[in-house]
Amino acid sequence: MADTIGSAELNAVKTPIFREVKKGEVRKHIITLTVRNELGVLARIATLIAGKGYNIEDLSVGETHEKGISRMTLEVIGDDVVIDQVVKQLRKLIDTIKVKDLTDTPHVERELALIKVHTATPRARDEVLRLVEIFRCRIVDVSPETYSVEITGTEDKVNAFIELVRPFGIKEMARTGKVAMKRESIPQEEE
Amino acid sequence: MLRKGADIVIQTLKEEGVEIVFGHPGGAIMEVYDALYRDGGIRHILARHEQGAGHMAEGYAKATGKVGVAMSTSGPGATNLVTAIADAYMDSVPVVFITGQVPTHLIGNDAFQEVDIVGITRPITKHNFLVKGIEELPLAIRQAFYIARTGRPGPVLVDIPKDITQKLSDVSIPSLEELKESLPGYRPHLEGNLQQIRKAVRLIMEAKRPVLYVGGGAVQAEAQKELVELAELMKIPVATTNMGKGAFPELHPLALHMLGMHGTYYANMAVYNCDLLIAVGARFDDRVTGKVEEFAPQAKIIHIDIDPASISKNIVVDVPIVGDVKIVLRKLLEEIKREGAKLYFPEERQKWLERIEGWKKKHPLTYRKSNTVIKPQYVIEQIYEATKGDAIISTGVGQHQMWSAMFYKYSFPRQFINSGGLGTMGFGFPAGIGAKLGRPDKEVFVIDGDGSFMMTMQELITAVQYKVPVKVAIINNGYLGMVRQWQELFYERRYSEVDLSIQPDFVKLAEACGAVGFRAEKPSEVREIIEEALKIQDRPVIMDFHVDREENVLPMVPAGKSYRDMILEDGKKAVEAETMYLVG
Repeated sequence: MADTIGSAELNAVKTPIFREVKKGEVRKHIITLTVRNELGVLARIATLIAGKGYNIEDLSVGETHEKGISRMTLEVIGDDVVIDQVVKQLRKLIDTIKVKDLTDTPHVERELALIKVHTATPRARDEVLRLVEIFRCRIVDVSPETYSVEITGTEDKVNAFIELVRPFGIKEMARTGKVAMKRESIPQEEE
Repeated sequence: MLRKGADIVIQTLKEEGVEIVFGHPGGAIMEVYDALYRDGGIRHILARHEQGAGHMAEGYAKATGKVGVAMSTSGPGATNLVTAIADAYMDSVPVVFITGQVPTHLIGNDAFQEVDIVGITRPITKHNFLVKGIEELPLAIRQAFYIARTGRPGPVLVDIPKDITQKLSDVSIPSLEELKESLPGYRPHLEGNLQQIRKAVRLIMEAKRPVLYVGGGAVQAEAQKELVELAELMKIPVATTNMGKGAFPELHPLALHMLGMHGTYYANMAVYNCDLLIAVGARFDDRVTGKVEEFAPQAKIIHIDIDPASISKNIVVDVPIVGDVKIVLRKLLEEIKREGAKLYFPEERQKWLERIEGWKKKHPLTYRKSNTVIKPQYVIEQIYEATKGDAIISTGVGQHQMWSAMFYKYSFPRQFINSGGLGTMGFGFPAGIGAKLGRPDKEVFVIDGDGSFMMTMQELITAVQYKVPVKVAIINNGYLGMVRQWQELFYERRYSEVDLSIQPDFVKLAEACGAVGFRAEKPSEVREIIEEALKIQDRPVIMDFHVDREENVLPMVPAGKSYRDMILEDGKKAVEAETMYLVG
């Protein structure tokens, strides 16, 4: 069935150039939110992200210097385009005051971990103490069998420490999830 | 002055200008119903099912532009509202839902009729609250109304524990200023960025083949005047979505009518071939775009929307403008006039309009007529003529909804009321009752399917009780018609569980409820009963039209396919790829 309209131009028809749907890169995104500390605000945010089919890799929440205002840092792995959509949707929530994707902005990231390490032998105690020194962590609890170590730093630093003490045997461990903040100064060497 | 929480609820509703509430009482909301009774200042419509109350509030809101209110008790009352809440969310309808909750000390105890409705409705409300103390009560209700009607409108739920409705307090109703201060993160952006508006103006003047793609946002903003001015001034044809119907008058020569899955040939051809698409208050829904990769493949896209999250959600756009559609269009028109309203390619633009005229002539909206069997499209045409195009039409979901979108011509905003986003069968009848209560000056026709009608037909008694003269035209084909159509086209006629030919006698049903019932089985009876129905103004009327059982809604773009795969009304042939060529 030929189209009679503009059939003269049929010969001059260009090959259709279909609109490309841009697929974003899949990577880790660090999102910070300032929110009103209302009932259910955490559930609201978690529901929204889960509703888009993403898992929150890690999350930390705490009150800020302003009363009733909390700050959250969360990490999500996902497609850039979809995460941009998630950020926009998060901004729409009535309880959110500010939402920022810090991924491509210079920022400081910190995480706290408490690690209880088996240190039953003198050799283990010496070695762990030395690692604590090198990593500039603190021992916050001691028993005849264990050291409990507090470590703060970037995810890489915390991971590196964990790998080094793992051979001694980790009895228990707790991590806070990251907190992050935009850098005001030019990017500098991690201290 | 000390007042009960329940009285504060009623007072706050009155402060918000609420005249009518739709609902159904129960244990946890009883105090509020008692306050409603004692106050006497707000009209209450007792729906027979909470879902009906919810859709009535939606119909009221859609027809009037005011905030609708629906109320229910806790537990099952609240869960029965869920479909209406989700429906209002998908179509951005401003409705405040008030639910009773079990007393504070029982929350979380699996108490009788307890359900975490705030949790359940979190993903389907613009916002929701559980009121934790009586001091928060008036602020919560005021916030609910403010959030529901500003920015991109939407449903807001307020859940109030029973003890809070019983407590006494002297808390005052907060002012608008206090209200705004209480929502530090909520600042809808209305103005539109001037830089972007100027970019858009440039594109509009430079375009050779522009098309306006107008959605529900333009209806919400009531931007008809601005749209007509823009279309006429810059000679741009206008396609509207299902939700955008009435935003642009359909008898206007520049009207392309509906686009998308059941869009007209000429609207889809125009969108497919345009070099500039101006989306106004529309969200690139998959029922519109079909296969997104092949949607308006050569076009630059301007997107005007009040919701920043709508922009570049499904399709990446070239010029995003966040703001109220009416305000942005006004600014856009100002800028166009400042530039002297010039067209860079006036001849090309003229040729474009002529080509569209050609498409309109070649494949107008039509159907095979019959003298022996009633064609559904014919019924809708007859309703259109009998009401002189001035009625408000409310529909359920299915084939009849699409025929109503195609064969009634809409000329004013809020004239076509249906469930666009969620596609809720059973929406049309209660929504029509709500619409008629909101707009008693207009004839309201509910064009429903037999399947849709049966989902909420208990509201017939509600319409009888309150003497709501809605006219219900059941397009009765004894099938779940749209599913049957898909089964015919895509499942080799395996009609799995779609036969509804065992059904109540709708005329007797009407009579049993105290309404009036008519039936038409021949084309010659159609107009006659519509005229009869129009005379009845003190009660609802059911018109049971027995139509051609296997009529299909055409044209049709199969789900997820390109406009090139459109099936036409004649001979049901798919358009060959080379006929959907790109011009220009």
